[in-house]
Amino acid sequence: MSAGTSKIDVTVTDIVPVNELVKRFHFRRTDGAILPTFSGGAHVVVEMRDDDRTRLNPYSLMSSPLDTTDYTISVRRDDVGRGGSLFMHNRVKPGQRMVISNPVNLFSLDLRARKHLMIAGGIGITPFMAQTSQLAGEGGNFELHYTCRSEALGTYADVLQARYGRRIHLYHDDRDEKLPLEKLLSSQPLGTHLYICGPAGMIDWVRRTASEAGWPSETVHYEHFAAPQPGKPFDVTLAVSGKQIRVGEQQSLLEAIEAAGVDPPYLCRGGVCGQCETNVVSYDGKFLHNDHWLSEEEHRSGCKIMPCVSRFEGKSLVLER
Amino acid sequence: MTAKTILSRPVYGTLSPQPGKHHLFIADAEGAAAILDMANSAPAGFFADAHIMFVPGATGTKYVEPLKKLQPAQFYEGPSIASALPRLRQTLATAHMGLRVYLSGTEGLIGQAMQAALEAGIDHTSIQTEQRGSLARRVQCVHCKGITENVTTQPATCSHCGLLLLVRDHYSRRIAAFQGVCINAEDPTENPPKEEIFR
Repeated sequence: MSAGTSKIDVTVTDIVPVNELVKRFHFRRTDGAILPTFSGGAHVVVEMRDDDRTRLNPYSLMSSPLDTTDYTISVRRDDVGRGGSLFMHNRVKPGQRMVISNPVNLFSLDLRARKHLMIAGGIGITPFMAQTSQLAGEGGNFELHYTCRSEALGTYADVLQARYGRRIHLYHDDRDEKLPLEKLLSSQPLGTHLYICGPAGMIDWVRRTASEAGWPSETVHYEHFAAPQPGKPFDVTLAVSGKQIRVGEQQSLLEAIEAAGVDPPYLCRGGVCGQCETNVVSYDGKFLHNDHWLSEEEHRSGCKIMPCVSRFEGKSLVLER
Repeated sequence: MTAKTILSRPVYGTLSPQPGKHHLFIADAEGAAAILDMANSAPAGFFADAHIMFVPGATGTKYVEPLKKLQPAQFYEGPSIASALPRLRQTLATAHMGLRVYLSGTEGLIGQAMQAALEAGIDHTSIQTEQRGSLARRVQCVHCKGITENVTTQPATCSHCGLLLLVRDHYSRRIAAFQGVCINAEDPTENPPKEEIFR
């Protein structure tokens, strides 16, 4: 059960291919009302009913927060993932009814900032689409640096440049263009906040460089949804509900718990929000932690697991669920 | 040592070297000793990127030479907090990310320098603070809004409107002052004795 959010019935009103990897999906409320207000950086969890299994994947809202007649998300096709993006690309059609969660923002702008410095990598551009719309509407001071593999895969680079001109800086891998990070970080006026969304390696690099350059952690914001990784099946005992479950190869632990009729709280389903944090009663084996929520110490302790993205290999695992 | 009594009452730590490109120290009186203590654990060359602004107050020349011996890139000595603040604001206005701020000394100095830093867009939790020396308070009278400096007694007389004020632990970072509320509003003839408790 998603903590504090209810579901919204929506209809897919349009599907737009953006480039060879990315499609944009437009949703309107099926009952015709306007959608809930959101702020730039928010995501929704999209329910994908694929025959007998349900996937719940988070996607950043990329439409303007100033217009809630529709929500739009952009989905990058991942041919080797667990199939959520392939479902969206291949199975979802215009006119189809779907269920999404209310928007939740775990990557919001700090509006006390004098300036917003945004760094995006690849499909990590999507939350910045909404944030830049929000800031531009308020006359906010921002600058966006966007790294992409090539011009053809620079999703929305053209849109952003047309909207914001010189505030947008592009770096193409295939032209060997490098983001001059240290120079960029050392030339920002006091009161600047930094926002990063992109691959995990890029987020780590930017956070580390910013920390070394004296950026206080309060000024550094980042979002990386970890997609649940497939893995070997494993068995789990749910101590509170008294159930034995098996987590399938393509299933996340959270999905397996839900399939057994137990509803732990969740928000992001990507290892960042902390809602589904679960206590471990006992275990004999090895945890495969994939979240960004628990500390390294907690990972080592064997006392907690984030069932949305993490797995287990071994003889037995008993959870307090 | 100050204790957390209510949520807004600031508590202070111990200065420690932070990663950064530039380091701005603002201290008054015994606050200098906090900088000197921190210098013992600072990496070599740390003060080459530092700017120290110091208001000696009653400590006179005691700390000036020891601070200069740290060889900061810039050293400023000012006659009062009020005279140092415009220079601080000017420094912050042209500063870049990577500047770290360290405040030490009286609560009045820490509060007013922090107020200038907040106005420049620095998050208060990223500022290093250490309280040293006098516990005298800056108090804002909630009735006339006037601020009285160096309050050491409980209750205290508002230097603007003359009301007798209960000095609360309720603190405003925005105005860098504790709250003073009239202690004898029902009966102005009631005159509780003043005790010197903020020394």
